[in-house]
Amino acid sequence: MIETRGFKVFRFFGLAFLSLVVVVPLYVVLTTSIKPLADVQGLFTWIPSRVTLEPYVQIWQTVPLASYFKNSLIVTISATVLSVAMAVLAAYSLARLRFKGQRSFSLVVLSTQMFPGILFLLPLFLIFVQIQRTVGVQLTGSYLGLIITYMTFSLPFSIWMLTGYFASIPKELEEASMIDGTGRLGALFRVVIPVAKPGIIAVAVYAFITAWGEVLFASVLTSKDTRTLSIGLRAYASQQDVYWNQLMAASVVVSLPVLIGFMLVQKHLITGLSSGAVK
Amino acid sequence: MTVNVLPPATAVEDLPPDPHQQAPLEPAKRKKHRSPLAYLLVAPAALAELLVHIVPMVLGVWIAFITLNQLSIANWVNAPFVGLRNFVTALDPSSPIAAQLYGALGRTVLFTVIVVAIAWSMGMLGAVLLTSSFKGRGILRTLFLVPYALPSYVGTIAWAFMFNQRDGAINRFLVDDLGILQDRPFWLLGGNSFWAIVIVTAWQFWPFAFLMLLAALQNIPGDVYEAASLDGASLWKQFTQITLPMVKPANAVLLLIMSLWIFNQFNVPYVLFGPASPEQATLISPLIYQQSFNNWNFGLGGAMSVMLLVVLLIASAFYIRMVLPKGQHDD
Repeated sequence: MIETRGFKVFRFFGLAFLSLVVVVPLYVVLTTSIKPLADVQGLFTWIPSRVTLEPYVQIWQTVPLASYFKNSLIVTISATVLSVAMAVLAAYSLARLRFKGQRSFSLVVLSTQMFPGILFLLPLFLIFVQIQRTVGVQLTGSYLGLIITYMTFSLPFSIWMLTGYFASIPKELEEASMIDGTGRLGALFRVVIPVAKPGIIAVAVYAFITAWGEVLFASVLTSKDTRTLSIGLRAYASQQDVYWNQLMAASVVVSLPVLIGFMLVQKHLITGLSSGAVK
Repeated sequence: MTVNVLPPATAVEDLPPDPHQQAPLEPAKRKKHRSPLAYLLVAPAALAELLVHIVPMVLGVWIAFITLNQLSIANWVNAPFVGLRNFVTALDPSSPIAAQLYGALGRTVLFTVIVVAIAWSMGMLGAVLLTSSFKGRGILRTLFLVPYALPSYVGTIAWAFMFNQRDGAINRFLVDDLGILQDRPFWLLGGNSFWAIVIVTAWQFWPFAFLMLLAALQNIPGDVYEAASLDGASLWKQFTQITLPMVKPANAVLLLIMSLWIFNQFNVPYVLFGPASPEQATLISPLIYQQSFNNWNFGLGGAMSVMLLVVLLIASAFYIRMVLPKGQHDD
């Protein structure tokens, strides 16, 4: 595009507007998280009266943040590992092998993504209750139920993205390895997975982000002991007297893992996210 | 927030065969194809999908036909079958619950249209402005993605803090700093609560539109614009005559995905208002949640879910028919 002076002025103001929209709430979160308590008990102030890191220390006593953190970590990491493992296997099968029902499998898995969680929540809850009653495996209020649920959330996208990734790896690499005597699975683990590492990492980060921020299923499937960060912090935010500086400090702390992860794999995720829609 | 992407299933099996590798490996390959291994590898994913998505979807239809409440839930397999009664309760125009449902449906459509329009416009603005390279472009691109990368509940809690009526940042800005308003409006109660969820949802979703449109714009060759500007086409004309038509396919998918997400929005109202939204801001997903888990009327919630499913299916099919060219939608 040939850039006229007018375009440059327009660009400046357009970008300034968008940046403000994004930055103001982030600014409020960050500055509030370093304010002393007195600053957040009256009218909102744009600049802290003094800078303090106390909220970052105190929030761990105000709410059982460590316990929420532990619960979120257990659930999210387990779901991520399982989801990525299943996605790698399924995607490899889709990319390299042929089986009956291949098309319908992809179609069904992808179409489950179109429907809202609220449609699955209720019946899934009932299924979990029933399994609990007949088999005795605790699925509501436990980590296990949430892990099983979350691992399927990122599965369709992960399968779809990894299938494309695997398909783009030259077959010659695997075939050379198979001639050397490793079977299909040997080729998958020794050749394909190492080559596809960036894609697999991106998918893992995506799965992590999805599970880390989930609210709807966690609100029904967790109990007092297994509460995740999303539910715990939301519950605290809705109380009468909220120490907002501490809550904002907690927000910063829980956002950091996903923000850092997102920044690291940004490029791969963007390619993966957009390639399907752009085609 | 779940990031749901609906790709036009990349048909891997259509990949051209590799001619020079084919010959020596032909027999071995034949044997490998349709091997049990293929099924073994997809089995875990298929089972998980079956348990968490497919079976619940089917069961969801069944629930709509039984009486399911606090008493019958523990033994729901034997809950009494009531035929269409839940549907009648949910749809009968004279019942207060049906009024809620129709109200929520209309409101959700309006909400979807407004949020998609805002998010798309902002995304397009950002994408157009960041297509050409200049200093600081990379930083701005990353910055614009932050609201999307942030856990949805964190963004929403931050907005809840800002929307506080007595001493929140927004009323401070409007009343104390600018002096536009005399009284401090309530943002999370009454009519304004609708606009509160519009603002927060648009804030969280516009980066996704930005991301998709940016990728689409980068596929437009630069010399198209050069030729156009040599012909004297204004920038606006270049936008409407080149940019918009060129991103049309990407746009079709983007608008469908965004509309579905936003129509199904649950997180933002749930974090802003708790389990029960104010009436003026009750969307369809939170309404079903409320019926099921606050009022313990699961059968009714189930009936509403089935209706929602039907509405979504019809709307998506209609949209896909209208927008996507033939042949692109049937795989």
